[in-house]
Amino acid sequence: MSKVKVAILGSGNIGTDLMIKLGRSEVLELTAVIGIDPDSDGLRRARELGYTAIDSGVDGFLQQPELADIVFDATSAKAHLYNAKVLQEAGKKVIDMTPAAIGPYVCAAVNMDEHLDKDNINLITCGGQATIPMVHAVNRVAPVEYAEIVATISSRSAGPGTRANIDEFTETTSRAIEKVGGAKKGKAIIILNPAEPPILMRDTIYTLVEEGKMDEESIRKSIQEMTDVVQSYVPGYRLRTEPFFDGNLVTVFVEVEGAGDYLPKYAGNLDIMTAAGVKVAEEFAKNVLAKQTV
Amino acid sequence: MTKQRDILLTEVALRDGSHAIAHQFTVDQVLNVTKGLNDANVPYIEVAHGDGLAGSSVQYGLSKTNEMELIEAAASVADKSKIAVLILPGIGTLHELKEAASLGAKMARVATHVTEADVSRQHIAYAKELGMETVGFLMMAHMAPVEKLVEQAKLMESYGADTVYVVDSAGYLLPDQVRERIRALKQSVGVNVGFHAHNNLSLAMANTLAAIEEGATRIDGSVRCLGAGAGNTQTEVLVAVLERMGIETGVDLYKMMDLAENIVAPILQSPQEITKDSLTLGYAGVYSSFALHAKRAAKKFDIDSRDILIELGKRKVVGGQEDMIVDVAAEIAARKEKVLS
Repeated sequence: MSKVKVAILGSGNIGTDLMIKLGRSEVLELTAVIGIDPDSDGLRRARELGYTAIDSGVDGFLQQPELADIVFDATSAKAHLYNAKVLQEAGKKVIDMTPAAIGPYVCAAVNMDEHLDKDNINLITCGGQATIPMVHAVNRVAPVEYAEIVATISSRSAGPGTRANIDEFTETTSRAIEKVGGAKKGKAIIILNPAEPPILMRDTIYTLVEEGKMDEESIRKSIQEMTDVVQSYVPGYRLRTEPFFDGNLVTVFVEVEGAGDYLPKYAGNLDIMTAAGVKVAEEFAKNVLAKQTV
Repeated sequence: MTKQRDILLTEVALRDGSHAIAHQFTVDQVLNVTKGLNDANVPYIEVAHGDGLAGSSVQYGLSKTNEMELIEAAASVADKSKIAVLILPGIGTLHELKEAASLGAKMARVATHVTEADVSRQHIAYAKELGMETVGFLMMAHMAPVEKLVEQAKLMESYGADTVYVVDSAGYLLPDQVRERIRALKQSVGVNVGFHAHNNLSLAMANTLAAIEEGATRIDGSVRCLGAGAGNTQTEVLVAVLERMGIETGVDLYKMMDLAENIVAPILQSPQEITKDSLTLGYAGVYSSFALHAKRAAKKFDIDSRDILIELGKRKVVGGQEDMIVDVAAEIAARKEKVLS
């Protein structure tokens, strides 16, 4: 089977973790990692693994645009504004891992298929990737009036970007709970826990379903099915306990253990982002390949 | 105007007390309490959901009244006192801060876990832009070594905090531990230093006096102990104690006593006392607002609430992790079932 060429923009934690995951893909061929610091750990590893390591940013990549058809942007929201523009002009598909959200929100387990034709899609937040599948799982069988999620992550896994603009997390996740999860109203809370050894990412998802629409059995089944879907691309994603039912409130407890590729296992929040990125890119690629063969 | 104040008090009953009454404050209650505090010349009055702006949630408890209405009501009758709001980055956002400021809040208290000060930069800076007085509020101060606390307080100072607080959210600290923390801050930051106590070990007053002796000049209290867990340093008692020590708060003792007795006591479903749950909070070092949630979970799973709180302490759970309570309770119940079967 032929593969679709991809490149990673950003050689930090996310970019480097993506690099390791992409090495295993059967439909994606990683060709290049693009950074701005030739001495970064990410670019050093890229060279060691035989990928083209570009240290002059997106402009450097655009001098050899044939290197990739799909580009992951793992830089920052601010940098993405420029990257998105020049990559679109060059005809590249972009998977935005930053909070910039120029393109539509995509949760890999929920609405990927709707956006396979877009040039630029946004992966929301780690909390969004972990919790929106559950909001959707409830909503597809019992309409959700209100969904609230609480994401607790280890302090060590929260990078300086997240810390400097934590409102971006709460606001983006809240909006995506509504737009992608389907809740009439969404709310998101994030908590950093500094315990050592670091805790795994934990998410609690509360959904209030419409009066008279509670259907425990269907909700349970839908949640289990959705868990299996997410697990297919994030093996460390699991329910901590059975969902709780109380009146019209459903509470789901989830835990995300990372694959331990580049980032440690506790950083399930980062793992679920990179895993979702790979999953979406693979679907993009399959779509492209299918069109080529027709 | 009154004499120069040596200590500036912040009354927290209308925020911290929200926990104690499951976030059921009404506009009338807030109006009456604020009028009393304003009349007694309390300099700052904090009003918000117990978990700060936007805290109304399934996780922490839904507010009976939108906090913005409460803030607006308080500001409308406070002509001497300033209204303060609490905000926890990760829960509340700049959006709510702006709204609170537009309704008359004059002070923003930006709270983070004691090791996570860097998430407050955005909010402290924005509150400054809005013209508010700013406080950096380092919660669960017992969970980090003194050096770490100092480092984090300096970060908040660098973001523009006018005051940094040592917050004993669990009511766990002993007087010597308060002393060394306040002393270290006084030696290393240039801004005001404050202290916020919980009375879970009956040490709120002793700890507050230790803090004042070491140079803290901003002190929190809750009238009639209307705060989470066993409440905070009882404001009207503190006013009396400080008056006898010759420390000027500028607050009218008789008016505070009347407010406590006539207005605040009826708000409480039962008088604040050190119950076995609040004692366990202080003993195990657990966030004070967990008390009511643990009590409910214990009832639901038919287990001892103390076992839940002790386990939460062992797991080093931080403020805001109320979802862990049910999780841990379910685990304890399952273990118990196993032993029995």
